[in-house]
Amino acid sequence: MLTFALRRILISIPTLLVISLAIFLLLELAPGDPMSQVPLTVPDEVKQRMREALGMGEPIPVRYGKWLLQFFWVEPLNLIDHWFGTTFAAGEQRILSWQTRSPVMEIVAQRMPQTLWVVGMSYVVGVLIALPIGIYSAYRQYSVFDQAGTFVSMIGYSVPPFFSGVLVIVIFSIQLQWFPSVYDTTHVVDSWDSFVVQLRQMIMPVMVLALQTTAQISRFMRASMLDNLGQDYVRTARAKGMSEAVVVLRHVLRNSMIPVVTVIALGVPGIFGGAIITEQVFKVNGIGQLLITAIQGADLPMVQTLTFIFAVLIVGFNLLADILYGLLDPRIRYD
Amino acid sequence: MPQNAPVLDVRDLTTIFHTRTGEVHAVNGVSFDLRRGELLGVVGESGSGKSVTMMSLIGLLPTPPAEIRHGTVTFEGRDLLRMDDAGLRRIRGDRIGFVFQDPMTSLNPVFPVGHQIAEPLRKHMRLNRRQARDRAVELLELVGIPDAARRLGDYPHQFSGGMRQRVMIAIALACDPDVLIADEPTTALDVTIQAQILELVKDLREKLGMAIVWITHDLGVIAGIADRVMVMYGGQIVEHAAVREMFARPRHPYTRALLKTVPSVRGRREPRLTVIEGQPPILTAAPDACPFRDRCAYRFDACDRRNPPRFDVGPGHDAACFWDFDADAPRGRVAAHA
Repeated sequence: MLTFALRRILISIPTLLVISLAIFLLLELAPGDPMSQVPLTVPDEVKQRMREALGMGEPIPVRYGKWLLQFFWVEPLNLIDHWFGTTFAAGEQRILSWQTRSPVMEIVAQRMPQTLWVVGMSYVVGVLIALPIGIYSAYRQYSVFDQAGTFVSMIGYSVPPFFSGVLVIVIFSIQLQWFPSVYDTTHVVDSWDSFVVQLRQMIMPVMVLALQTTAQISRFMRASMLDNLGQDYVRTARAKGMSEAVVVLRHVLRNSMIPVVTVIALGVPGIFGGAIITEQVFKVNGIGQLLITAIQGADLPMVQTLTFIFAVLIVGFNLLADILYGLLDPRIRYD
Repeated sequence: MPQNAPVLDVRDLTTIFHTRTGEVHAVNGVSFDLRRGELLGVVGESGSGKSVTMMSLIGLLPTPPAEIRHGTVTFEGRDLLRMDDAGLRRIRGDRIGFVFQDPMTSLNPVFPVGHQIAEPLRKHMRLNRRQARDRAVELLELVGIPDAARRLGDYPHQFSGGMRQRVMIAIALACDPDVLIADEPTTALDVTIQAQILELVKDLREKLGMAIVWITHDLGVIAGIADRVMVMYGGQIVEHAAVREMFARPRHPYTRALLKTVPSVRGRREPRLTVIEGQPPILTAAPDACPFRDRCAYRFDACDRRNPPRFDVGPGHDAACFWDFDADAPRGRVAAHA
């Protein structure tokens, strides 16, 4: 297993390099000009000088090489400096956002907590609700509960967040006035009261996102349980006189969780990617919102870096999913 | 206790399945008993109701779609069909053990075999972890798995098919049951392994003295190990006799046809294997005529009018057929009625 993990980590290095190059080249092809938001009164030659100041005049390989160096060397050094108070990275050029001229990583670090709070919490909530629903739906297939679950899942799958988000705002913010419609990013949790405020503003975005997660994971859990409930070993367990709780929650569940855990792990990078539309609807200043504004402003270093971070997370969680698969299923041996 | 006291007594067991297209009558008034320490063979082709009969009597059929319409199953003085789930669970795996057909899929792939053997021990015999482990080692040795103590931690996929079936047998025998129901335990195994498993079961039966119901469609296996045989067709017992009697004097056309289909290794080689023409019936209602009549060479008018009851045709031998093979004529009573 360790050899497998090491080999997979080594293989992921060239994979990620190719991905970073692909992202870079695709962004080069993309239309858009970082100067497009500069007022029209600024003369063209000034804009041209500003572009050169951003490093846009240099040839593509040089810019790509510089980005690689900054991402893999300068930024980690900065991180070490930040953690241990050292000065390894002093004076080195960091990846700068073209829009704000501040280091991309610092902006990401500011935005990440919002996304993790809202999107991450919705994922956890969604999964925790989905698993029992999936298990019970499968155990009582075609019961009223199962039919209701199927209906709710269908809604979760098919209703886009820009609709359900606005819908819950209309219901809970405007009609009932229970929760605020705008997520206050500057809110600091330092007391019981402020924690309640934080909870109240999180409920609606979490609800909208958790509906989607629940819909997907509960269907998956149900299908996996149904696959296993029909297996011969279930009859064996019953023939041994095991109680239904042991048969379903130990024998069947343990087998059913194997594919589900992988799917859950593969969904985690999506949390860091944020939920672009939901963050827009509720004005959550998260990563998804950051990516959208960066794309609109043709902020190539920001888009490049964010996209590449997502790629790293996806590769990483794929690896984790494979390892979990091996740990959960004794039939799989990676050596 | 007398040698021939029945340990299990089944009367008029009737099981139906509710399907989308209507009812399927899988078991139609089956009655038999199982005596202490004997090996009862149950023979029949696929769909004849052998497995469903055995699963019905201990509540292993999912209800719905199955429904046990009537009958009694007397075990240790109690009727299993009127017992609640908790009561049945206390009997399953403890007093009655099961071995199923496919050892590849009958064991749970994600638990070590030691755990799977220990489960019934801990539940029924209330053994602690340590005692259950020792007993599991003992059981694995009993069923002939070498290096038993080390193999407890192995997973099912690390065993061969024959070894897995041995593990299944160890699980079934864990709590020293009175009855072992073996549902085609050797069908999925290749011939040499079959022979080993048969030897093992014969040997265990001598050592432990439990009664065994052996379901199979292999007449050769039955001839080798059974004391008595029941032949099932269309969810009914069509013939029942001691094993020698059955092979020497089959008294039901289905049994006779079955015996003919077994190719002989002696004598002239037949150019084609003998088959019983036609398909077994799918009964959408309780049979009101002989279920075998469409495939029967001896069919006559009585067969279409009534479902034949089981006639006594010899000591401990009965057959559900209106044709009297000893007289080579329709049975007198029927002829008189006709």
